[in-house]
Amino acid sequence: MKINLKNIIWITMAVLALVLSSGGCEKKDGGSKQAGGGQEQFFPMLVYRTGPYAPSGIPVANGFRDYYDLVNKRDGGINGVKITWEECETEYNTKLGVECYERLKNKGDNGATLFNPFSTGITYQLIPKAAVDKIPIHSMGYGRTSAADGRVFEWVFNFPTTYWSQASAFVKYVGSQEGGMDKLKGKKIALVYHNSAYGKEPIATLEKLAEQHGYDLKQLAVDHPGQEQKSTWLQIRQYSPDWIFMWGWGVMNQVAIKEAAAIGFPMDRFIGVWWSGSESDVVPAGEGAKGYKAGAFHASGGEWPVLQDVLKHVYNGDMEKARANNWGEVLYNRAIVNGMYNVESVRTAQAKFGNRTVKGEEVRWGLENLNLTQERLKELGMDGFVQPVKITCADHESGGSVFIQQWDGSKWNPASEWISPISELVRPMIEADAASYAKENGITPRGC
Amino acid sequence: MELLNTFFVAPFASMFGSPLFLAEVIIGGLLTGVLYSLVALGFVLIFKASGVFNFSQGAMVLFAALTLVGLMERGVPVWLALALTVLVMIALAWLIERLMLSRLVNQEGIILFMATIGLSFLLEGFGQIFWGSNVKRLDIGIPNESIHLAGIPINQFDLFAALMAAGVVALLAVFFQKTPTGRALRAVADDHQAALSIGIPLQRIWLIVWSVSGFVAIIAGVVWGAKSGVQFSLSLIALKALPVLILGGFTSVPGAIVGGLIIGVGEKIAEIYWGPVLGGAIENWFAYMLAMVFLMFRPQGLFGERIIERI
Repeated sequence: MKINLKNIIWITMAVLALVLSSGGCEKKDGGSKQAGGGQEQFFPMLVYRTGPYAPSGIPVANGFRDYYDLVNKRDGGINGVKITWEECETEYNTKLGVECYERLKNKGDNGATLFNPFSTGITYQLIPKAAVDKIPIHSMGYGRTSAADGRVFEWVFNFPTTYWSQASAFVKYVGSQEGGMDKLKGKKIALVYHNSAYGKEPIATLEKLAEQHGYDLKQLAVDHPGQEQKSTWLQIRQYSPDWIFMWGWGVMNQVAIKEAAAIGFPMDRFIGVWWSGSESDVVPAGEGAKGYKAGAFHASGGEWPVLQDVLKHVYNGDMEKARANNWGEVLYNRAIVNGMYNVESVRTAQAKFGNRTVKGEEVRWGLENLNLTQERLKELGMDGFVQPVKITCADHESGGSVFIQQWDGSKWNPASEWISPISELVRPMIEADAASYAKENGITPRGC
Repeated sequence: MELLNTFFVAPFASMFGSPLFLAEVIIGGLLTGVLYSLVALGFVLIFKASGVFNFSQGAMVLFAALTLVGLMERGVPVWLALALTVLVMIALAWLIERLMLSRLVNQEGIILFMATIGLSFLLEGFGQIFWGSNVKRLDIGIPNESIHLAGIPINQFDLFAALMAAGVVALLAVFFQKTPTGRALRAVADDHQAALSIGIPLQRIWLIVWSVSGFVAIIAGVVWGAKSGVQFSLSLIALKALPVLILGGFTSVPGAIVGGLIIGVGEKIAEIYWGPVLGGAIENWFAYMLAMVFLMFRPQGLFGERIIERI
């Protein structure tokens, strides 16, 4: 055979085809699933399996899908009502997210059950639509913090915690590590944040706490996407903080953790928000990420009974396949928690309206009357996995507690007990912001 | 008066009050700037030889890095993976030439530009379908810690990356100046018609130049991928190269280098000394502003060819 450029190219393609045929393309299970016959409860799924934030979006999408699949396979649905779902790709793009909402809101027997936008930007766009379409939104720990005030935000829920609660819990944690809140005086805390509405969420809380406790707060914004942060970390080296908090997202997290390690900052004094605390955030930084901490409101790992059930019923015990689908990872487990909240809200609604497909407004009632006790969590295989939740008309956040987890180089481990937020500071802030929203939008708060 | 002090006195006082830190900022900016130049080089090569502004250069960086890491994850040894990636990028160049460029000969520049936008989306999507969208770790064995030179901490990885980029530039300079193919490339760049008339095959030249650009994309992908993990965001790195191109000129290899260095140092100084008074995160737009200021005085960029139209 004559050796020329064309032949070399064909040989290369053939070699690659051989390499890839031994397990090349990433396997994707069907994103949408329709159960056949009988009543169906339709859950829309706004996902981002592609785009710059896909490394975070994929485990979340897989977690939701697997939990719904588990309920169908293990329990035969929710009180006999099969779950159906459909994915719509948003690429974490607000415009696409709204399009997905419009496309999915009327699907299923009675329309969409509820929406989990998994994006603060999309959540903000959907908040006004929720009341009009009578479809509740559950933005679990993200979105608009003041949606925790159910008197104003009747259709929006953000339990089990919010960014403001988490920021206050971080300060409490730092206080406990320093030997008491009074020891915070004169300490230096740097906040490295994504330069977006999401990234700016904790600033007001941290500033108020700085006034109260006398620590110095330096704010350092990082523009999207955050691949280059040299100047941020030069400033941190010069400022020499005692602690660093990070409100990051996507590639910004990986770069920041690597830069922190490069300047020799003690990683056990570097705490990320729960969106900066997944495996994909720390693995690219390698050994340097060891000791890094992050907030969390649910456990990671696969040893929990609910995760074992997923392994058994969804993956037929095939651990390799389960792991390939992010089973047990932080963000996967987050979607398992969210899936559970969704299903239990429907179950609560069914208890009042009957064991049938429930409509969005009935699900809203279910969300507002959700009471997940320790006993119920135990039945669900989640005792210790998440905190109990009790939602009321006025309080759409519930307890707001978080804990700190720490990366040991191969997995996340709990590094603290559950930390309750500084409610006496956070709740008045939430109510003030909600009141201001109500005034701007002509909403009369409900009497709860 | 306070405003004047904030913008025109305090930053300079801060700079000269701590010269060691200023030196650290400048060195950090220079090292980052070299990495911007590396990405910008891919654009320059193609624009120089074919007049096409290749919008897909960022996607090529992503595609190259995904291919390399994808192969390594499947147990292919690193050097073989690297060689295979080079061949894949050559194959890609061939496909682009066959399926896209050869069908758009003599079309307006804007049409070629639009075609590369399409190519960019195609490569991003195809790369993710083929290799997945998860973050992939790329460890090239260079330590991430700093070394101290005259009391100034310098990150070893950044230093290595800058040296690697400098090596690529030197290699390209030799290729363009000393080899017959390089001279043919320069001839095509100067005048397509004249090059064709003396028997230089345009299609072969295009294949070579896209392949060389693919090779540069591999180097950029390795360096940036090792810094942040190999993931979709790598394709956005092209945005960092645009002000470098505006400043250095679209047709000049030295322009890409000098432009990268100016942008690197300029944005770091702006962010650190003026960022805090402007709310922070100014370096992205500052780089473009800096480039536009240069454009006011040299519309063709620092090293770009002067535009002379005879009527």
